[in-house]
Amino acid sequence: MVPTIAKVWLPRFAWPRHEYEMQTRRWGMSNMNYTIETMALAVGAFLALLGVAFAHDSLFAAHMWVLFFALFAGTVIMVRRVSFAPVTLAQKAARESEYMDEVVKYGVIATMFWGVVGFLVGVIVALQLAFPDLNIEPWLNFGRTRPLHTSAVIFAFGGNALIATSFHVVQRTSRARLFGGNLPWFVFWGYQLFIVMAATGYLLGITQSKEYAEPEWYVDLWLTIVWVAYLVVFLGTILKRKEPHIYVANWFYLAFIVTIAMLHIVNNLAIPVSFLGSKSYSAFSGVQDALTQWWYGHNAVGFFLTAGFLGMMYYFIPKQVNRPVYSYRLSIIHFWALIFMYIWAGPHHLHYTALPDWAQTLGMVFSVMLWMPSWGGMINGLMTLSGAWDKIRTDPIVRMMVIAVAFYGMATFEGPMMSVKAVNSLSHYTDWTIGHVHSGALGWNGMITFGALYYLVPKLWNRDRLYSIQLVNWHFWLATLGIVVYAAVMWVAGVQQGLMWREYDDQGFLVYSFAESVAAMFPYYVLRAVGGAMFLAGAVIMAFNITMTILGYERREKVPGAAAPAALQPAE
Amino acid sequence: MEVYTALRQFADSWALLAMTLFFIGVVLFTLRPGAKALAKDAAQIPLKED
Repeated sequence: MVPTIAKVWLPRFAWPRHEYEMQTRRWGMSNMNYTIETMALAVGAFLALLGVAFAHDSLFAAHMWVLFFALFAGTVIMVRRVSFAPVTLAQKAARESEYMDEVVKYGVIATMFWGVVGFLVGVIVALQLAFPDLNIEPWLNFGRTRPLHTSAVIFAFGGNALIATSFHVVQRTSRARLFGGNLPWFVFWGYQLFIVMAATGYLLGITQSKEYAEPEWYVDLWLTIVWVAYLVVFLGTILKRKEPHIYVANWFYLAFIVTIAMLHIVNNLAIPVSFLGSKSYSAFSGVQDALTQWWYGHNAVGFFLTAGFLGMMYYFIPKQVNRPVYSYRLSIIHFWALIFMYIWAGPHHLHYTALPDWAQTLGMVFSVMLWMPSWGGMINGLMTLSGAWDKIRTDPIVRMMVIAVAFYGMATFEGPMMSVKAVNSLSHYTDWTIGHVHSGALGWNGMITFGALYYLVPKLWNRDRLYSIQLVNWHFWLATLGIVVYAAVMWVAGVQQGLMWREYDDQGFLVYSFAESVAAMFPYYVLRAVGGAMFLAGAVIMAFNITMTILGYERREKVPGAAAPAALQPAE
Repeated sequence: MEVYTALRQFADSWALLAMTLFFIGVVLFTLRPGAKALAKDAAQIPLKED
């Protein structure tokens, strides 16, 4: 039954004081005063205000206003939470003996929230390309909304999914509580602050113009601090583990954390123009800068969007089908082969540029070799279902995970193919690349995350099952068909673009002007927006389903595999 | 010799050899006799804990 809005939401706003306190206790927040943290927030807010006052340029001042309001709101919330009740030793001991699930719960909600936001902005930018009048100057130009979309889906949605699931998985597979006391909370909230600063910076027009690394120097420094804290929490938990062996999912997560730290620091080496200004210049110039950028860019794909999400695959698929991974030794070889090869693949983004030819060929060869570990991993993930194939029919969450691994296989087939110079001469700079990225990001990263969220929510909030399994099915089909529309349309669009750009007549002149190739894209751009809207609709359904599960509702429906629906039980 | 050339020559000789040997070593170590039983136990880790 769908409860009325009043029943669900009104009590939230009209809690009497003691109800509020009970609720905070249930959330595990009782008797926890974050005194130093609250003071740090207040000092931070004050420093942001000083940043406004002494800013070198107006953009930096505007950005510091954003920071001030974010930190000030945080301070107010923390002060309102202060409780004067004493903490007993028993409470403290109980708290230390349990897994730290609160931060994972927050992470699940943040993943869901940023997912919907990121997909929505994606549909908007798709429509902006089809209908240029939707570019609302200056803040909502395509040039500013595009990095907003890419960062929202990769770093906000994907990043929160990785942080939340890694915290969940490392505790379970190490049989140890997260290391570092309140440090995981710092990682979570510090990361949200990074997202807010990055996103508002893009809309204001603050950028260092490096793809997937657009935030300027001061936001990069903040992310570095948060990331080091993340590494400390993760590594500390592994070091204090009670399980002798480090499960393979943790290897993938650790490779992701360490490599992203290295990539982020090197690619963002820059000299700020002024101490309190929003502009900086890269430490590298020319083709060295380009190579550093794509060494970063491709390994963001390889270690953020692949290694980290493979960590998810190696934990959540075995959990959901209740079977161990098909071949554990293959998963170890998968790990080493992947990290040894991915790191060299970046130069394939710079074919036919000023980059030395040997470096281009190196990038291409390593990209092609990546086929093997990628498909080894895909086969390992899929074969985990051997003996339980019927679950694809009965369990839509398993179906979601399987389609994710299938898209992983397809995207890691297409990628090496596109890295071959001859293919790249046609595909590069066209919408084919955009289609390829989305079949990987929506199909692989999106679907495996949705599967993990559907697995985690009933577990974390102690529910028997999700609010509705039928809605998972709706989500599955909307998302899958949305990706198929998106990818197929972008293949056609990209190949047509590439062919139009290289079409010569018998006199040796180009047949089409660039503007003609842009005009020809219109129907594809509209269809692309339709595919994206379907994917977004699926995510909105997921957000509703998960919210209802968290609030404790169960839709009366026939659950596949269950004995009988609740409605058929005899009346009393 | 300039730094670029020196690093380049080191990278495609000794460094390449070291990484290749390390990688082959990892694969052989993973497939060594007796590893199968250990791997089987390790694969059960996620299923032991809720």
